[in-house]
Amino acid sequence: MKKEKILISGNEAIGEGAIQAGCFFYAGYPITPQNELTAYMAKRMLQEKRVFIQAESEISAINMVLGASAAGFRAMTSSSSPGISLKQEGLSYLAGCQLPAVIVNIMRAGPGLGNIFPAQSDYFQATKGGGHGDYYCIVLAPFSVQEAFDFMFFAFDLADKYRNPVMILGDGFLGQMVEPLTVKFQIPNSKYQIIKKDWALTGCKKRAPNIIKSFYLKQKELEKFNLLLQKKYKTIKRRETRWQEIDVEDARIILVAYGTMARIAKGVVRKLREKGKKIGLIRPITLWPFPQKAFLKNPKARYLVLEMSYGQMVEDVKLALEGDKNVEFLGRAGGGIPTEEEIIRRVK
Amino acid sequence: MKKIFSHPKSLRKIPTHYCAGCGHGIAHRLIAEVVDELNIREKVIGIAPVGCAVVAYDYWDFDCCESAHGRALAVATGIKRCRPEKVVFTYQGDGDLAAIGTNETIHAANRGENLTVIFINNAVYGMTGGQMAPTTLVGQKTATTPYGRKVNLHGWPLKISEILGLLKGVVYVERVSLHAPLEVLKAKSAIKQAFLNQIQNKGFSLVEILSACPTYWQMSPREALDWIKEVMIKEFPLGRIK
Amino acid sequence: MPKISIDKERCKGCLLCVNFCPKGLIKSSQKLNKNGINYVEFLDKDNTCLGCMQCAIICPDCCIEVYR
Repeated sequence: MKKEKILISGNEAIGEGAIQAGCFFYAGYPITPQNELTAYMAKRMLQEKRVFIQAESEISAINMVLGASAAGFRAMTSSSSPGISLKQEGLSYLAGCQLPAVIVNIMRAGPGLGNIFPAQSDYFQATKGGGHGDYYCIVLAPFSVQEAFDFMFFAFDLADKYRNPVMILGDGFLGQMVEPLTVKFQIPNSKYQIIKKDWALTGCKKRAPNIIKSFYLKQKELEKFNLLLQKKYKTIKRRETRWQEIDVEDARIILVAYGTMARIAKGVVRKLREKGKKIGLIRPITLWPFPQKAFLKNPKARYLVLEMSYGQMVEDVKLALEGDKNVEFLGRAGGGIPTEEEIIRRVK
Repeated sequence: MKKIFSHPKSLRKIPTHYCAGCGHGIAHRLIAEVVDELNIREKVIGIAPVGCAVVAYDYWDFDCCESAHGRALAVATGIKRCRPEKVVFTYQGDGDLAAIGTNETIHAANRGENLTVIFINNAVYGMTGGQMAPTTLVGQKTATTPYGRKVNLHGWPLKISEILGLLKGVVYVERVSLHAPLEVLKAKSAIKQAFLNQIQNKGFSLVEILSACPTYWQMSPREALDWIKEVMIKEFPLGRIK
Repeated sequence: MPKISIDKERCKGCLLCVNFCPKGLIKSSQKLNKNGINYVEFLDKDNTCLGCMQCAIICPDCCIEVYR
């Protein structure tokens, strides 16, 4: 495996990660702050003789991804909050058709058009399904440019393994931030079908026809299918939950944060530990499935949940701790981010 | 004695859910006949719409994909760009193609995607209970135009095929009808042409088919065919548009 | 001499074939199929069927096959 160190933005790292992970099809629509990703794919996908389409809308882009995925290829789309709202129809169909796909949301502030500053206000939408019906997307939250790149392999593998959409949930900060990245070149360009997909649409040569659908006219059939999905989600919860923890065991206060917010929280933990404060950090990496187990280690500690929103993940933390007695929240949104000073003030 | 008209291989021999006299059954059969005649059953991929033909994949005996309402041409684009050697077609109703999916339709056509579109125009929404379609005729009564379609309230019947004919990315548009056996044969040759265009990498081809909906036109099947012939064709003239 | 066969179980009784048969050889039967539909029957005592296939071409349910 060849390795190379480069200086690159989070958006571009996601693009290169997808390419190295064997993404054959990308469709997108311009929206700030993820435009560098679409532009990067426009350049690189053609260099690699793969497919790039600037679609006429976010809705069209995700349905193109649905088609490419149904054809058996690794496919992705990316957008930012208002665009992701438009993609919810497609996400529900992807989940209902059991199709793998990767969707990147570089979140901006809302609601409505909001503005283009970074935010984490789409947590509910990302982790609770988002579209109609009983389904979940697997949601990964990178917190560095390196993770943004690395998680693309993880995302495509999970999507294929479980035949389920996977969302990369970043924010405008992560997308725009430039950091050194170690690029791992590992997928030979010709081998796009990494996992054998005997369900894919390839023409019914020497086999019975394949049908990709989410439609079950009869009540019992649909109920049976839903139970199958629920079983799959249970397996994902059991096997794929990831998180990072720092100094949790002896901590009196534990910060909980993901993505960009976790970088700031990490700095706070380091600073206060140096001063002897018993403080730790839990950083969920999979937002769905939510790492409930992470909270079992030290359930009596004081928890401070930090978000670039007005309190979304905090609800999952309260569920994990079976109550809100020891859970506090500090959050800002609309472009504001809780600062190190604000957090330290709250901790004390 | 020789069998001169038989059930096409690509059409499953099962009863359909369509109402008596519905044109979908004929259109499904014509596609199956063309697929058989062009010997492409093992490389054709159909995209079923949302609407009455939502379970078309239960009737065709080849690979098919569902698509959300109106998104068939986006889904088809994704499949065809990944597998250009396959023959990909969409089967869409008037609501699907010319109302909720207008954006996907126009842009797939304008990109000149090498796809075949079979567009069923029966001037009404069938699956949901006979509401006004973009192609509903002026004066036509539907569930949502109980006093008839009025231009000042609902606009004119949308001529999507004529609009698509203006686009440089489109190579072939023809409007046909299923109101008589001879017309059905013409429809079949148009469908065949639209598939051949794709096989020969010519680009975007669309066949608009005027098709009967006796149930929501509140007519007998025979009256419905006569209505196409005497009324509908005046608004939607038959023939090659491009 | 030409003749047709009708799959009566899939017939929905729309009668389009009856309307288009130039010789009037197809008629609605008085009997019901399993779906409770008055299916159509082919009655050609004098062997006048032309094998023109118009009935089969217009049949929305692909119930008719033609022999010649």
